[in-house]
Amino acid sequence: MTEAPAQVAVPEKAELQVERARRASQRAPGEPRNVAWLYILPGLAFYVLFTLAPLAHAVELSFYDWDGLTVGRYVGLANYREAFSDPLVRDSFKHSAELIVFYAAIPVILGLLLTALLTRHPVRGFTFFRTALFLPQMLAGVVVAQAWVWIYASNGPLNELLRTVGLGSLARPWLGDFSWALPAIGGVGTWVTYGLCMVLFIAGAQNIPSSLYDAARVDGAGAMREFFAVTLPGLRNEIVVAFVLTTINALRSFDLIYNTNQGGPGTSTYVPSLYMYQNAFVYNRVGYAAAIAVILAAAIFALAFLVLYLSGRGEER
Amino acid sequence: MSVNRAERALTYGVLVMFAVGAIYPVISILFLALHTKSDLVTGFAWPTDPKLDSFRAAWNEGNFATGLRSSFIVAATVTAVSAVLSLGTGYAFGTMRFRGDRPLFGLFLLGIIFPYEATVIPLYYDFKNVGLLNTYWSLILPQIGQSVAFGTFWMRAFFRSTPPALVEAARMDGASSFGVLVRVLLPQARPALLTLCALVFTYTWNEFLLALVLVSGAPDKQTAPLGLSFFAGAVRAGDPTKVAAAAVLVMMPIVVVYLVLQRHFVRGMLAGAIKG
Repeated sequence: MTEAPAQVAVPEKAELQVERARRASQRAPGEPRNVAWLYILPGLAFYVLFTLAPLAHAVELSFYDWDGLTVGRYVGLANYREAFSDPLVRDSFKHSAELIVFYAAIPVILGLLLTALLTRHPVRGFTFFRTALFLPQMLAGVVVAQAWVWIYASNGPLNELLRTVGLGSLARPWLGDFSWALPAIGGVGTWVTYGLCMVLFIAGAQNIPSSLYDAARVDGAGAMREFFAVTLPGLRNEIVVAFVLTTINALRSFDLIYNTNQGGPGTSTYVPSLYMYQNAFVYNRVGYAAAIAVILAAAIFALAFLVLYLSGRGEER
Repeated sequence: MSVNRAERALTYGVLVMFAVGAIYPVISILFLALHTKSDLVTGFAWPTDPKLDSFRAAWNEGNFATGLRSSFIVAATVTAVSAVLSLGTGYAFGTMRFRGDRPLFGLFLLGIIFPYEATVIPLYYDFKNVGLLNTYWSLILPQIGQSVAFGTFWMRAFFRSTPPALVEAARMDGASSFGVLVRVLLPQARPALLTLCALVFTYTWNEFLLALVLVSGAPDKQTAPLGLSFFAGAVRAGDPTKVAAAAVLVMMPIVVVYLVLQRHFVRGMLAGAIKG
């Protein structure tokens, strides 16, 4: 408490009283309190033991050549070198990058378009729309996969729709098509995340002061100008957040792909998590799988930090 | 005026379109499930003659009574334990100051974006070593570890939003820190806790990769999503209506919880998104 005198010198009378009360109890909020550790330790123990320790262990494993049974052999960075020159790793990350377009870019654009429409006037019954739009976020990846396997099936609703509108020549088994399987997976990603983006942006737009819109209208701004001058800058944080959430979704598309076409046809929908899983539990190349997992985790962390940095919200209110 | 009305109609039209788009895949699988294999379903599969046979068959053949029970045991345990733990960590980070609190909180924040992909391999071998592979514990423990990260963040935000005067008054009356938490803050924390529980329960219920790796070897411990995955792999080619029925069974509990608590879900996910 070396800074105590300086603190006491500044406050006004009322604050002084509070300050004195604080001192009397010696345990008011904002005071250093070791009892905090008592409340943190149980949660911290679980977090360290079952999340941080396994992560460290994964990093350790990534330096070994290990089949999961016999004694591992330390190989330094060999697994990483192999991963960076493995065409399948490169393809997997390339597929992930393509999926990011579907999971992140398209939903964000759709969300912005809808928000632009909605900010022109209040929407009645938004709770209903919000409930519907959010539903895909709630469903297990396995369930989503089953629903879309049916939609994309040769005799499923999508092909039926195409035939109904006279585009029957386009009909195909989407998830089994070499050039269409990845975009088809991407389409599911768009479906999962667009509602989140829309609700996020619409909620954000409601926090933009209406005086800004009034000012824009007085200046004679049309719908377009209004959107670019007021709505878009006002949603900056929401857009950044939406990008990071949906991008992480895209990088973690394991559930969906494992339960639809398992990376096929061929390797056309391989993603890093699937390749990692196969190396670890099918080919028994545990060290190599760990290296891929570490690279994937690093990519996700890097993205998240980039966003924290961009949005400048590392320090919360 | 008429331009305005046309614009409004367009807005609602677009909203309805997107809302229907969000619901349709769920409806379509429900429609499919209301058929049986002998209906030879194609296309939109309108249930002109709805039957529950596929549900019955899926329930029995896919062993979903066991799957749903496992999922419920795991999700309920993870939710209850991580709610209690997060109440503690959130209380400490939200109302107290201590040496190293900021970096420590930063460490918890990392856990929110943490991918299970990065930990599942070591978890498999570690649990195998201690004989916990293919037990509920292998699913419960890591998911508590992960949920505590989000829970800490979420409850800290709540505790910071409570008026400090409340805590101080209670302390002046001689309440211990535990007394303040239980008697003063807990009654107010109920909505925040409910949101946290709803989200953690859903995430845990839906988790697939951990179940696939950690309990695949024990049929009686398989969670509902894992059971659905195996069931789909085995019978999809033969009878898609049964798989559809199974998928509906697996999602039903979450859909019901979501419809009842949707305000909490949306609030939680949006707040988590913006602040996280």
